[in-house]
Amino acid sequence: MSGAKAISLHVAVIILLFALNFLLPEYHHGVLARVMVFAVFAMGYALLFGYAGLLSLGHSMFFAAGMYGAALPVLHLGWSAPLAFVAGIAAGTALSLLIALLALRTTGVAFMIVTMMFAQVFYLAIIYFSPWTRGDEGFALDRQARIVDLGGNLVDLTNPTARYMIALLLFTIALFTMLRVVTSPFGRVLVAIRENEERTRMLGYNTFANKLVAVVVSGTVCAAAGAAYALLFGFAGAGFASVQYSILPLLWSLLGGAATTLGPALGALFMYYLVDITSGYTSAYLLFVGILLMLLVLFFPKGILGTARDRWARWLP
Amino acid sequence: MSFGPHLLLACLEGLVTAAVLSLTALGLSLVFGVMRIVNVAHGEFFMLGAVLAWWAASLAGGDPVIGFLLALVISPLIVGAIALLSERLVLRRLHYNPEATIVATIGLLYILQQAALSLYGPEARPVPAPFNVRIVLPWFGYSGYKLFVIAASASLLVATWLVLTRTRIGLVMRATQYDRETAQAFGIPVDRVYGGVFALGAMLAAVAAVLIVPIQQAHYLMGRDPLLLSFIVVIIGGLGSLRGTLIAALLIGLSDGVISMFFSPTLAKMIATLAVALVLVFRPQGLFGTAQR
Amino acid sequence: MSNTRDKAGFANSRISRRTAIKGLGAVAALGTAPGYVRYAGAQTSEPIRIGFQAHKTGIGAAYGRWYEKTTMAAVKLINDAGGINGRPVEIITEDDGTDPARGAEVVAKLATQHKCDLVYGTLFSHVVTGSAPVAGELKVPYFVVSEGYHVASGKLNRWCLQPGITDVRSQVTSVAPWMAGNLGKKVTMIFPDYAFGYDHRDYLPPALKAQGAEVLAQIAIPPTETSFTKYLPQIPSDTEVLYHVMVGPAVLTFVKELGEFYGSSGPQLFGFIDSLEAVDINSPGLEFLDGSHFWEGSPRYAQENDSDAQKAYRAAVGIDDNGASLQDPKDISTAAHMFGCWETLYVIKQAMEACDYKSTDDRAKLVEATEAMTEMKEGPEHPQGDKIFNGKIHQAFGHQNISKLEGGKLKVVHRTSIEDGQYEPQADYTTTPL
Repeated sequence: MSGAKAISLHVAVIILLFALNFLLPEYHHGVLARVMVFAVFAMGYALLFGYAGLLSLGHSMFFAAGMYGAALPVLHLGWSAPLAFVAGIAAGTALSLLIALLALRTTGVAFMIVTMMFAQVFYLAIIYFSPWTRGDEGFALDRQARIVDLGGNLVDLTNPTARYMIALLLFTIALFTMLRVVTSPFGRVLVAIRENEERTRMLGYNTFANKLVAVVVSGTVCAAAGAAYALLFGFAGAGFASVQYSILPLLWSLLGGAATTLGPALGALFMYYLVDITSGYTSAYLLFVGILLMLLVLFFPKGILGTARDRWARWLP
Repeated sequence: MSFGPHLLLACLEGLVTAAVLSLTALGLSLVFGVMRIVNVAHGEFFMLGAVLAWWAASLAGGDPVIGFLLALVISPLIVGAIALLSERLVLRRLHYNPEATIVATIGLLYILQQAALSLYGPEARPVPAPFNVRIVLPWFGYSGYKLFVIAASASLLVATWLVLTRTRIGLVMRATQYDRETAQAFGIPVDRVYGGVFALGAMLAAVAAVLIVPIQQAHYLMGRDPLLLSFIVVIIGGLGSLRGTLIAALLIGLSDGVISMFFSPTLAKMIATLAVALVLVFRPQGLFGTAQR
Repeated sequence: MSNTRDKAGFANSRISRRTAIKGLGAVAALGTAPGYVRYAGAQTSEPIRIGFQAHKTGIGAAYGRWYEKTTMAAVKLINDAGGINGRPVEIITEDDGTDPARGAEVVAKLATQHKCDLVYGTLFSHVVTGSAPVAGELKVPYFVVSEGYHVASGKLNRWCLQPGITDVRSQVTSVAPWMAGNLGKKVTMIFPDYAFGYDHRDYLPPALKAQGAEVLAQIAIPPTETSFTKYLPQIPSDTEVLYHVMVGPAVLTFVKELGEFYGSSGPQLFGFIDSLEAVDINSPGLEFLDGSHFWEGSPRYAQENDSDAQKAYRAAVGIDDNGASLQDPKDISTAAHMFGCWETLYVIKQAMEACDYKSTDDRAKLVEATEAMTEMKEGPEHPQGDKIFNGKIHQAFGHQNISKLEGGKLKVVHRTSIEDGQYEPQADYTTTPL
């Protein structure tokens, strides 16, 4: 029963987002397209953090791997957007596999610090190779490169509706992938690892292999978000690889509820409008953002949906 | 410059980095070790310490020595009070839940940064060193104050070590760190210990900032790198190991300095960071840590 | 959206050293501070709405504050003189946090939510590059005051313009002959390993080579670095000129450590004042710079031969003869760059008048009218000096100042000609459709 309820809710969210394409004023329409891409980043992060219990502070490198994996071939090799998107995802998969093999030798806070340091190296590498990457200044993608020929139909990624729909498609795929993963046996093993790794191992599960898959899936989803950001919004810059973009998905996940499927997306949306609205009233908006974060966490210690699940809706996945 | 003097310079610089880093990291290590929480705002306490040092120097009006001594007293006190306040008002109510604490301390980070930006401003402001001595070596000149920073940090570290190992306060803290429930059962006021540890951690960061600010200037965004580096030091050193924290700080400071001799600056930073990360990969419990409990 | 907001916010009130001291003692006041002024200018019917993408927070905040002051001063003058095409000008400010992602969002917000006629005022080049695609997609004119070589490189799009400040490529090309002729022919460069530094890295060596001088070494410092001494031995010992460009809070450290390292010996120094914008040149630790030379866009200190326009500009913005705020002599301006805001706003005014700009439907006409500009005469609208605008690459070219630091003041010792800074344009935006 609860499974059907959950699926209905997720379908309803997608339908609502689809309807909003026709209802939202121009500005908020554009905002939502951006937030959906960041929400994919947040979901990729939360899959690892919320379900497998691995706190990484290095996910900006996966986002950036996707971003540069897609944007560099477009800039230097003239690749088309779809091919570049695949390249971005592949770059994220490869990097996350490498990082997983190294970083999963550690656990807990050591995992957090190791991923942070690898991400720092990645960030510095983008700076170091600035003749190709333009380092922190970054580069804009040519408009022509963002018009995609799909079997004779031209899809213009700079068109707001096209962009919104592609972001929604990516969001939908990510959301249902996440729902599928967390309700699958694999997802349950991850939760078991989170709760007690030793016991899970005793029960005969290969916890290393399961965690490895979790990191790679998580990194790949984040890379997809990064690649989508570069192609949809036409910019790649080293700032996206900085530690700030590792902390943001953590914050989004915690705010919305890390071990929930919809929470990370909600957290991303909430943070966006928190900054956007408060900055409209005062230049000291970070003060209010800070106070609101504290208040929020006092009343929703497990994030908005996490706490909602504990109190009202046990069936939330 | 020939190899020998260059190495000497790199080591001196590494020692200065290590000295300040070990103080900042020691504060984080206490909080991390005893309370088991990730305090994202630790770097902002460092920043606040530096900004308050500038304020103290302004109050003292001109005399750098008085300003410096004043800063050394009031800066940690104010920062400690702010830390204590936030601990009592927020962290305690969260029951030190590790995840909720991350959000709360990110909130605190925003608040402190904005306060500094609004009240102190966006500029980097210099604080005069208590004394200016340029030590002239045959190959290069070096700041005498930097040598003082190394010495001052070392003595503060010794003092902290004595407090932790030789006093009742230290015993209580170590007991709480070792086993919270048992400590409580033995009548240790764990709740008050937590408040004290959080304030003490912030004060150590503030002291480090007062020492560094004549070299580095106070700026409202200066807290990020000390935060990241402190985390690295604490984990490499091994949770709860004072000796480990010190050695990790030396390792990071000196490797940063020495590696910078051989490569262009950005590449040197990459290699140094990667090297330290690999230490952790192949020794996950840190240099002196025991397996995690 | 209401059009007026409370004026009492502290973003509007200047944060001086004194108020900062008072303020630090009374943190509590912070929570009660109300909103700030988002809208300035007279509120008659249908003002021209200029969206101001401001670095209010983040690493660019020191610049952002003075960019805002200059902007408000120029707009007040424009409005007092009857506005543009008889309409008042209204500035709508949004903070981009000096972050390219937020910058892009802010341009969209200004264009689509605030319905601004154009977006203006960005300084940091990564924010410009990140925001440019949005400006191109929304077809909103984007006037930047950044001095990066991004607009002129042709890598952005036709909606991006930089008519009020010269770019770094032009600046380094202009100063190279003077450097080679007066300071020395063996140059070592120290610069930040990010956007701003790349333009120096790429364009100084060829400019020096043309003068028979050479770059011995390039030392790029990673952006997170806070200490520099360990890199100083990488400066070759036969260096005659040390060319330094540092931005951000670490610059004082850099100079101080340079002084400790070299003492009274050491090479000649040539720096870009960007390092020391908003910083008191007489700060403790900067003594080592005495006698060294700096590039300045517009001189910080009032000069003997200042034009009346320059004097009027300084008075309007509110800076004294030392380039500090009239209210607080410790509050140093970003004089070498912020004139660009003033001049850009007057370029916008002139272009809008030339194309008889009526509404957002005329945005393309505004771009074309700007492209059609060629000469800009020195005067109240261009207090820094005359300029030549290249409509193909959307970039202004002008005079550069080389100043010597003597007796705690910067004195202009050489002013380059516009021709010194010319280079072969590598793009033509006018061929792309609007």
